[in-house]
Amino acid sequence: MDSRASLAPKPEFSAHDEVEFLSFVLGEEHYALDIMSVKEIRGYEPVTKIANAPSFIKGVLNLRGDIVPIVDLRMKFNVGTVTYDEFTIVIMLNVCDRIVGIVVDAVSDVIKLSSEAILPAPEFGAAFDSRYLKGLATVDEKMVILVNIQALISSDDLGLMETNSLSEQE
Amino acid sequence: MSINMAEFHQVFFEESHEHLENMEQLLIAINLQSPDPEELNTIFRAAHSIKGGSGIFGFTALSSVTHVMENLLDKVRKGTFELSSGIIDLLLKTVDTLSHILSLYREEEPIDWQQVEFAKNQLVAALNGDPFLSASPEVIPVTSTKTEITQTSVVVSDVSHQNDIGFGFFEDDVELTLAIENQDFGFFDEAFTAKEISVEDINKTLLDSQLVTNTEPDDDLGFGFFESLTPESVDSEIDALVHIQANKAIAVIEPLTKPINSPSAPKIPRYTGNTAESTKVAPADPVDPAPVLNKSVASGAKSTPTAATKKVNTSTQDATLRVETSKIDTLVNLAGELVITQSMLTLIGNEISGELGERLKTALVELERNTREMQEAVMSVRMLPVSFVFNRFHRLVRDLSDQLGKNVNLVIEGGNTEIDKGMIEKLVDPLTHLVRNSLDHGIEKPEVRRLLGKAEIAELSLRASQRGGNIVIAVHDDGAGLHREKIIQKARENNMSVTDNMPDKQIWQLIFAAGFSTAQEITDVSGRGVGMDVVRRNIEALGGRIDIDSVAGQGATFEIQLPLTLAIVDGMSVSVGNQIYILPLVHIIESIQPHTEQLKYLVQERLIRVREEYLPLLNLHQLMEITPFAKCPEEGIVVLLESNNKRFGLCVDALVGQQQVVIKSLEKHYRRIPGVSGATIMGDGSVALILDVESLAQQIKN
Repeated sequence: MDSRASLAPKPEFSAHDEVEFLSFVLGEEHYALDIMSVKEIRGYEPVTKIANAPSFIKGVLNLRGDIVPIVDLRMKFNVGTVTYDEFTIVIMLNVCDRIVGIVVDAVSDVIKLSSEAILPAPEFGAAFDSRYLKGLATVDEKMVILVNIQALISSDDLGLMETNSLSEQE
Repeated sequence: MSINMAEFHQVFFEESHEHLENMEQLLIAINLQSPDPEELNTIFRAAHSIKGGSGIFGFTALSSVTHVMENLLDKVRKGTFELSSGIIDLLLKTVDTLSHILSLYREEEPIDWQQVEFAKNQLVAALNGDPFLSASPEVIPVTSTKTEITQTSVVVSDVSHQNDIGFGFFEDDVELTLAIENQDFGFFDEAFTAKEISVEDINKTLLDSQLVTNTEPDDDLGFGFFESLTPESVDSEIDALVHIQANKAIAVIEPLTKPINSPSAPKIPRYTGNTAESTKVAPADPVDPAPVLNKSVASGAKSTPTAATKKVNTSTQDATLRVETSKIDTLVNLAGELVITQSMLTLIGNEISGELGERLKTALVELERNTREMQEAVMSVRMLPVSFVFNRFHRLVRDLSDQLGKNVNLVIEGGNTEIDKGMIEKLVDPLTHLVRNSLDHGIEKPEVRRLLGKAEIAELSLRASQRGGNIVIAVHDDGAGLHREKIIQKARENNMSVTDNMPDKQIWQLIFAAGFSTAQEITDVSGRGVGMDVVRRNIEALGGRIDIDSVAGQGATFEIQLPLTLAIVDGMSVSVGNQIYILPLVHIIESIQPHTEQLKYLVQERLIRVREEYLPLLNLHQLMEITPFAKCPEEGIVVLLESNNKRFGLCVDALVGQQQVVIKSLEKHYRRIPGVSGATIMGDGSVALILDVESLAQQIKN
């Protein structure tokens, strides 16, 4: 997907077609996303607020010279309690040639899943719309919801990207 | 009207030179059996570009040769003409001739028309399938050496790339080649024996052998001629060459000879084999090439003196360097980062007191100046005068006004205004649309103008100027202006929401809608209604905006405002609540601390009275949805701003300071934000938004 893919151990080399996911916590639920789209994980820093943006878009911050938007998924999906302290985590994602930070409650683990271990996603039950789900998996007796992070970040729901309809109305 | 043609010539020369180099490389690398159509197209396009450019500048020698060349290439491209090594060699020679002619034009030397005619004749002969050209080789089956062949060609071309001067020496001095060629032919006729070599091959090989000088041909493969052309004679020829060339040229030959000597010596025969092997031409038909070639001798002899003088001048052409834009962009970005780091250092430096602090500050002041100068220098690399775009409209206006039966005088002002290179390219299309539009719809026919009491010769002007951080480009005509009623009527037909009492400015903006045209009939110039929306989209893609000013019967002005570059802005940082915003300094008239009696209220709007003038007042905290520290304007500061001839006041909490900021794109990772033109990184690493004063101004009700 990007140049970093060559640096990280290639998942397809592992024995049973395993893919690595980064699992994180939103409220009570465990989620996971494809680790290849993770740029870095860092603590929450104050951001510069952006006017006329939905409240879950916290603002922008300077990531080594790039102006990067920060989205609070807890607010977007109404899960957990929204607090910002030294334990609040931002996962910097590299998706569709863009860098986007997402605020989550915690990052738990890197999990390896083979394709057989991934079950189809339910139509309900998760805070996420099923369009953004890849499936379900069970890890240590816990249900982990696999997020299709690319679909989520590029969705109109988040409004992170300029779409044609939006630029037309100006 | 005077146009400075010299700068365009320079560009043309550089481009053509590049095209020729490109052609040559492709020709050398081409696969005779199955030429890559894309490569053929590239070669064709290169020839076509040179032809086009030389036609415009009246370099007939170039355009006439490239014209024939283009015909030939076109046939090859369409597959109706088969490539052979002979043809490739001929094309390569033509490239040499072209680059020689090009250098003659560059040095303003008289053109050698015989050479031009010769080149043309050869090409025409090839086109007509003249056997002379296909007189190349009885095929010698040299298959075993195939791998080495390819290596050889690589070696040969490598040398040419690595040593540009040496390369130029052989490429440019066509006449030398030709002179040699003649000797060649004299010999060739006699010794056209069992193992033939193509005429061109000999020529090439001879060139190589001259480099190689004393190498004995250890392989007899087709090298009958070496027997008569002894090392001594080769030597003497080299001597001759050396004499012809200026001292410089000697210096060129000598270093070249050495490295080439050993590797290429044994390879010469194989190289010949290469062409022979790959040729699929009819058996040699030894037509006497002498009549054609005699011409070349004459021309060769004539132009030799110029060759020597020219060589000396060529070194100056290296004064410019073509660099990939991406490299320059990296430099620009790094310079931007440096500015940020520098301002961080300044912040830290201010906190250090004592003697050390003083010394540090002195150094930091120095650093600041150097950084700024460096950044300006890096920026200027990307800047080109806008006349690059403007001057091409002379032709367009002339042709179009003739076609439309109108009398138009094009006036160009401010052509020296510099603008980012990337923008120049993207400006051509929108400007062409606007100019065509003005000519077709704006400017009336001479009869009409006479009836209206206007000067029969209409005036169309292109003006560029720098207004603060913006470049303003205006296309103005003194024609009929926009027709308000027609636009409203058309808008209604297109189901757009319009009212009769809409202000002019808003009416004019309607013409930017897709599919909007008030033209009575569709001409091939304009009228389909696809132009203006594209214009606006292109301009907006460049981060600019377009405005229309029109007075019925007196003309219309289309004003394009573009940011200078990706660059820097001189800004005033202001604070509201705990956020910092940057206001571009160019828009700021003054800042005042308002008194209660200066503030007035209209029904919904607040006004501020400044020196007998009432100006609308905006609250930045409302626009940006922030809780301010200042509860009312009196507690804070009002910054008076001007944009698009509109003045207004902006309430902020406090002024923080004035500084240069690097504009960072918000769209790269996020999207456009209304009222904000970009973001920047402050000295402490935080992000501040740069306000777009013009879009703020548009929030004010008229």
